Amino acid sequence: MPRGKIKLENYVESLSILEPNGNVDAKLDPKISDKDLLKLFRAMLLGRRYDERMLRLQRQGRIGTYGPALGQEAASLGPAFAMRQDDWFVPSFREPSAMIYRGWPIEKLMLWWGGNEEGASPPEGLRDLPICVPVASQVQYGAGIAWGCKLRKEDHVCVTFVGDGGTSEGDFHEGLNCAATFGAPMVLIVQNNHWAISLPRDKQTVSQTLAQKAIAYGINGIQVDGNDILAMVVATREAIDKAREGEGPTLIEAVTYRLGVHTTADDPKKYRSEEEVEHWKPKDPLARFWKYMKKKGLLDEKSRDALEEEISAEISAAVARAEAFKPDLTEPFYHCFEEMPNHLRAQYAEFQAYLDSAGMSESNSGAEDQQLSRNIEAY
Amino acid sequence: MAQMNMAKALNLALREALDEDESTMIMGQDVGQDEGVFRITEGLLKDFGPDRVVDFPVAESAIVGLAIGLCCTGLKPICEMQFSGFGYHGFHQIESHASRFRNRTRGRFTCPMVVRMPYGGGIRAIEHHSESREAIWAHLPGLKVVIPSGPRNARALLRASIFDPDPVMFYEPKACYRAFKEEVPDKPETLEIGKAEIVREGRDVTIISYGASMRLVLEAADELEDEHDIDAELIDLLSLVPMDTELIMESVRKTGRCVVVHEAPRNCGPAAEIISRIVEDSLLYLEAPIERVTGYDLVLPFFNIERPYMPDAQKVVTAARKVVSF
Ligand SMILES: Cc1ncc(C[n+]2csc(CCOP(=O)(O)OP(=O)(O)O)c2C)c(N)n1
Ligand SMILES: [Mg+2]
Repeated sequence: MPRGKIKLENYVESLSILEPNGNVDAKLDPKISDKDLLKLFRAMLLGRRYDERMLRLQRQGRIGTYGPALGQEAASLGPAFAMRQDDWFVPSFREPSAMIYRGWPIEKLMLWWGGNEEGASPPEGLRDLPICVPVASQVQYGAGIAWGCKLRKEDHVCVTFVGDGGTSEGDFHEGLNCAATFGAPMVLIVQNNHWAISLPRDKQTVSQTLAQKAIAYGINGIQVDGNDILAMVVATREAIDKAREGEGPTLIEAVTYRLGVHTTADDPKKYRSEEEVEHWKPKDPLARFWKYMKKKGLLDEKSRDALEEEISAEISAAVARAEAFKPDLTEPFYHCFEEMPNHLRAQYAEFQAYLDSAGMSESNSGAEDQQLSRNIEAY
Repeated sequence: MAQMNMAKALNLALREALDEDESTMIMGQDVGQDEGVFRITEGLLKDFGPDRVVDFPVAESAIVGLAIGLCCTGLKPICEMQFSGFGYHGFHQIESHASRFRNRTRGRFTCPMVVRMPYGGGIRAIEHHSESREAIWAHLPGLKVVIPSGPRNARALLRASIFDPDPVMFYEPKACYRAFKEEVPDKPETLEIGKAEIVREGRDVTIISYGASMRLVLEAADELEDEHDIDAELIDLLSLVPMDTELIMESVRKTGRCVVVHEAPRNCGPAAEIISRIVEDSLLYLEAPIERVTGYDLVLPFFNIERPYMPDAQKVVTAARKVVSF
């Protein structure tokens, strides 16, 4: 065969609808009802305030290390809105806005970051997976869940999240390739926040876009303004519809920016410039959404302040509930296997004896421990 | 009752499960059209269709990774790693998720899946096709590790593993696939995971092993009896996690002497755990130091010289005689 060129009939779409100044492209406006817009705005504001409160709680030593999603609220909230409540939701770790919107009690998230499995136990009734720590590993079970829906002939789809750094992991490629191969109804959203801790997006891959990785797997890819709540709703909605119709997975690259630290254990000044952050600030999804809502006459300063107050109280109530949580120190023994095997029974007895001797068994709660670490952190 | 080899017996267990429980499915490389490289899945694609017997892309991590997701939706996947030497690609998903889902979610999501893989040497295979690394999995909290030794227990244990509510690593001694036949009952049979079996009673020394090594242990026991007047008691563990510590103690307290045999390397191998438990529980019953007959702490050599590197009956006889004459 002579040397030639194989022409690939392919492209990736791009989409933005809501401009940073709050203007909207009327042709593309999804025309979300006023009621839903208010609901969405509230959810985004709640996500933002939750994040800020968590950062404070961390500084006060009341939770552990925290990874905020500051500036990325629209990228997860749009999809959460576009999904059906009975669809599957597979998060990475920067989707708190969406998780709260989907029905995770705020205190669950607080418990997670406060070091309790209780926060990784999805509320009954939600087809939601918990926060996932090993980068991109969730793409694989997300693909499996989507495939399971198809095999069981259920019409749920699975919306899965991953970061730009995650696209370098084998799990990302294997999961996406297999989802495509099996025609699994998965919508994979890459939150491209431009950084993977200290590694910038352009050192993660030389691909021009992350969306184009879809081409290699023979599926649709689209690059969306991830700070544009309307565009995220539209793109996910289309992808979900396709998936539900049996047309397989879609890869959505949500272009956003991590305005805050990677986690509270990280100092971004070591690797990125203030100018870069300043450049992104005007594109903030919340500021943009606010302008839009104001222009539409759906909110004004006064109603927003009232909302702020309501949200603040809601978060405070969640903090109180989270801090009242008393973990059962022996619970891990009960969740290793459905039935505790003999070797664990023996170790359980050993642990009980230790708790007794250390005077920890009566309360059988980590409350004292928590208090202790709080005091230590306060120093 | 029918006479069959282990490959057929495993096939039978798979067929029974697919037949009985619609939520079960098989996934792996070449398990459908090609019926598995060892033909364990013979006839299953034809009878159960491509949604239940899935020819999977060459991606072990995805086999187990997607299986975890399938479990969330209520399915019971039975995964095949073509060889245990390639199971390591799946290690991360198994360690990070399959073994932890139940605990992490406080029981909301679980992984009732099986990961079958052929293991072990002695079949003159190329590199990466002969090792015994079961200890790796046994080290991970939340996994069960089951290893049959013959057709009948293979069928019963695979059934038990498929219907177990937790993830089971099912190590198949590939040297036994076609090595011998046994009577296998017509009706489905199950064995409790975590129960070992005394395959031969004896007074003088307890020999503990599992999987492919049971064959040579039996051979050794005959020789010990015939030529050295040593009456060995043989324990087939059948499951490394959970391990039947009670049965081990009962036997060792009776004989006071023990040899542990496995193909896996010695360092931090299953024998180390078994002996620790004996020392913790029954030290004062021991009449002699315990011996290990295991693989060396080396990569098993290419097949041309692998045999002397594996346990054999001679090594077991020597160890048992040493322990008895201590
Ligand atoms: C498999 C794995 N490797 C390393 C880490 C440590 N780690 C946590 S987050 C992170 C960067 C992830 O970057 P990206 O996927 O872009 O997500 P982002 O943090 O930007 O949301 C790393 C390396 C991890 N959690 N998992
Ligand atoms: Mg990133």
